[in-house]
Amino acid sequence: MPKDHGIGASSKRREDKRFLTGKGRYTDDINLPGQAHAWFVRSQVAHGRLTGVDTSAAEAMPGVLRVFTGADFEGVGGLPCGWLVTDRFGQPMQEPGHPVLARGKVRHVGDPVAVVVAETAEQARDAAEAVEVEIDELPAVLDMKAALDPDAPLVHDELKNNLCYDWGFVEENRAAVDAAFETAAHVTTLDLVNQRLVPNAMEPRVALGDFNPATEDSTLYTTSQNPHVIRLLMGAFVLGIPEHKLRVIAPDVGGGFGSKIFHYAEEAFCTFAAKQLKRPVKWTCTRSEAFISDAHGRDHVTRIELALDAEGHFQALRTETHANMGAYLSTFAPSIPTWLHGTLMAGNYKTPLIYVNVKAVFTNTVPVDAYRGAGRPEATYQLERVIDKAAREMGIDPVEIRRRNFITEFPYATPVAVEYDTGDYNATLDKLLEIADVAGFEARLADSKSRGMLRGLGLNCYIEACGIAPSQLVGQLGARAGLYESATVRVNATGGLVVMTGSHSHGQGHETTFAQVVADMIGIGEDMVEIVHGDTANTPMGMGTYGSRSLAVGGSAMVRATNKIIAKAKKIAAHLMEAAPEDIELKDGRFSVAGTDKSVAWGDVTLAAYVPHNYPLEDIEPGLEETAFYDPNNFTYPAGVYACEVEVDPDTGKVTVCSFAAADDFGNIVNPMIVSGQVHGGIAQGVGQALLEAASYDDYGQLLSGSYMDYAMPRADDVPFYRVDHSCATPCTHNPLGVKGCGEAGAIGSPPAVVNAVVDALQRAGHTGVTHIDMPLTPSRVWAAMQG
Amino acid sequence: MTKVSMKVNGKPVSGEIEGRTLLVSFLRDTLGLTGTHVGCDTSQCGACVVHVDGKAVKSCTMFAAEAEGCEVTTIEGMANADGSLSTIQQAFQDHHGLQCGFCTPGMVMSAAALLAETPKPTEAEVRHYLEGNICRCTGYHNIVKAILAASGQDVGDIGGDAIAAE
Ligand code: FES
Ligand code: FES
Repeated sequence: MPKDHGIGASSKRREDKRFLTGKGRYTDDINLPGQAHAWFVRSQVAHGRLTGVDTSAAEAMPGVLRVFTGADFEGVGGLPCGWLVTDRFGQPMQEPGHPVLARGKVRHVGDPVAVVVAETAEQARDAAEAVEVEIDELPAVLDMKAALDPDAPLVHDELKNNLCYDWGFVEENRAAVDAAFETAAHVTTLDLVNQRLVPNAMEPRVALGDFNPATEDSTLYTTSQNPHVIRLLMGAFVLGIPEHKLRVIAPDVGGGFGSKIFHYAEEAFCTFAAKQLKRPVKWTCTRSEAFISDAHGRDHVTRIELALDAEGHFQALRTETHANMGAYLSTFAPSIPTWLHGTLMAGNYKTPLIYVNVKAVFTNTVPVDAYRGAGRPEATYQLERVIDKAAREMGIDPVEIRRRNFITEFPYATPVAVEYDTGDYNATLDKLLEIADVAGFEARLADSKSRGMLRGLGLNCYIEACGIAPSQLVGQLGARAGLYESATVRVNATGGLVVMTGSHSHGQGHETTFAQVVADMIGIGEDMVEIVHGDTANTPMGMGTYGSRSLAVGGSAMVRATNKIIAKAKKIAAHLMEAAPEDIELKDGRFSVAGTDKSVAWGDVTLAAYVPHNYPLEDIEPGLEETAFYDPNNFTYPAGVYACEVEVDPDTGKVTVCSFAAADDFGNIVNPMIVSGQVHGGIAQGVGQALLEAASYDDYGQLLSGSYMDYAMPRADDVPFYRVDHSCATPCTHNPLGVKGCGEAGAIGSPPAVVNAVVDALQRAGHTGVTHIDMPLTPSRVWAAMQG
Repeated sequence: MTKVSMKVNGKPVSGEIEGRTLLVSFLRDTLGLTGTHVGCDTSQCGACVVHVDGKAVKSCTMFAAEAEGCEVTTIEGMANADGSLSTIQQAFQDHHGLQCGFCTPGMVMSAAALLAETPKPTEAEVRHYLEGNICRCTGYHNIVKAILAASGQDVGDIGGDAIAAE
């Protein structure tokens, strides 16, 4: 019987009623009295010297309060980068400045040059057109390999070249890896592109700054996945506001997918301008502006080589990747192609020798940072593609070659510095074969053929490192932040609870899931637990939501805080029943004395805590409120196997996804309905990457796919119903809930399945020369591949 | 500035607006009905869908002045009179057809228009009808399922959402 409440129940989401009735409160829904509006003037060229910004005409326009330029930010800090990568020679990465508004040079289309603040958004927009920006255009640096040419123009004049870092991992293994390739029975090589994507959360970014001249308090309302991180970065590094004078509120947020982790110039600008003008200043991003100002994702160009013995056992793996940083280092950009990518190159396999080389490159494009999966999709894609190619070259079944190389004993220390705690990859693979009905493929293939269509089946495994992350470990790896999470549980006198968490929900349903956990631990109804998040004034210090960390890290903090509550409540109950605290049991919201029929209700104890008439005041304080921080001691390692079946139209090259199945091991699960939903959404994003999406620049650095007219978002008729399963659970061994995280899996696991399926379809149809097609697999690319 | 009057969610409303004011701005900024969202500037995402005289319309693509004298329904007008969720809204909750909720108002308004036209749509008809509504969170699975369920069709065997064994 499925559970109907608590951990393991598909509780309906309490968030839904407000969203379904138009009562959500997103940042753009907030308006403050006296609010002015900001409109950004952005560079229309990719690279150039900024020789003049004439704001006089704009300043004379109706409603204009002030026009800001880079000069106004002379004394203000730049946007900080939160991760220092050390290169393979032991040197720190090259770290250029990132001004709030451009000074001296513009470095990508969309780089902000000036901002008009006016009474209305329309007035600000009109006046922005009157700001005259003079730029001496320079050649744009776009192609990553060309950017590393010694004669290439410099994106940042103060750096010695366009190389951010040349990273080797594990550098000491390099010679051994090379040697293994020399003696291998078979080597498979694949060159591939993991194309640049635009995250495209449906809610565009918004920032609303406010300043109280009497108290000198600043408040920022922003579309963020981590308000505390924004408070820290903006307060300490950009504007010099101490944290106790700066409040950051991220209310309902309409999706993030990584793009709302980072500290953006517009947040700093609105906070700064509100103080200057002594009025609230609001900026609402348009979608066209989002395309050239939200951090992009992926953009890796890779050569991967796999060395195998004659039986298809993996002997060694070697990769070389060029990773695009764009024009500036976004908040966590340097960590994505390195620590979130290189550490996953073992995949689900016991490859003994691995060497990963990554060259991160500056170009005149929008900065690139984390997007759903962040480094792990890039690792999975190249690994699972090269395995498929190797299997085909060696005549080994793609399922069999994976099984032959699976890690089967845990814990398992990979040669790329992580230790997988649990997993059962064979079980997940068996489950996938069942739910995808792989046995029935031949019949479906025959049916497709009878309709003149090509059909293919692709599958792949994935593993990810989630629950980001142990602070001490990431500190050694260059993170400039700790990655714990916090929770405060406040029990009210009448027994209801408010749980304040540093995690942030922007679609994940935390208000429901977290309440399930806490209610279950105490044995009370979920409706007695309220979850508060997204406001630095009302929640303890937190690191926010990304890297599938909320339940594994934030949930663990909540469990700890709740355990403290229960321990104290037991002492109170013991006093009330004149028993020893060790003898008190809590079940279904009642405290009882073991072996007796004495009991008191949860509410009696909470009332006693706040009305301490009969209370052990000499031993414990009144009140019932506890805070806990949780810093994990390892990542979690969700893993799974995905399968996709496609039909390819031989006349047009159009690919149709006929079915998609996902078998995941997320460890224990709190709300299966929500977990399935997370996987569904990730799959659609992965299918979008595989077939539709690409951020394409022309030779001048203009973004060609800069709106929904050109950037192909997956729509309802691009995808089928999915079959998802998460019954193969090997609980995480090192967090109290045994959970692993599920937010990114779908986007990590799905692109290779789709591409493997299309290559399979073409191969089966006799196009044996087609071993790879770069994403997105548009009809023209697939058709061209079929023409040889 | 011109004056515009219309009925929104059954109530007569009017306001002074610029000629260029879009219906969505009139709803959000003048009337404070912030349930209708803006997700793009090229009429593609559908976050702004409302009903004008019973037809689904992208309110970012229509001037407020064009709605003069019309009956407009927004997401705020979709619940039952007693405040409970309507059949479609309830189906979205029951089948987890929303995550961040940003596309949701447009999805619900489009779904309502579809079911008014086609009371028992096929899966393909639902997917085709939602061509103009983008959701980045749900992968559409549970949205399509919710709409089919709202139309009274059995969705029990869709997707095999197998859950962890107890
Ligand atoms: S806001 Fe109207 S279609 Fe996007
Ligand atoms: S629920 Fe987030 S965009 Fe649809």
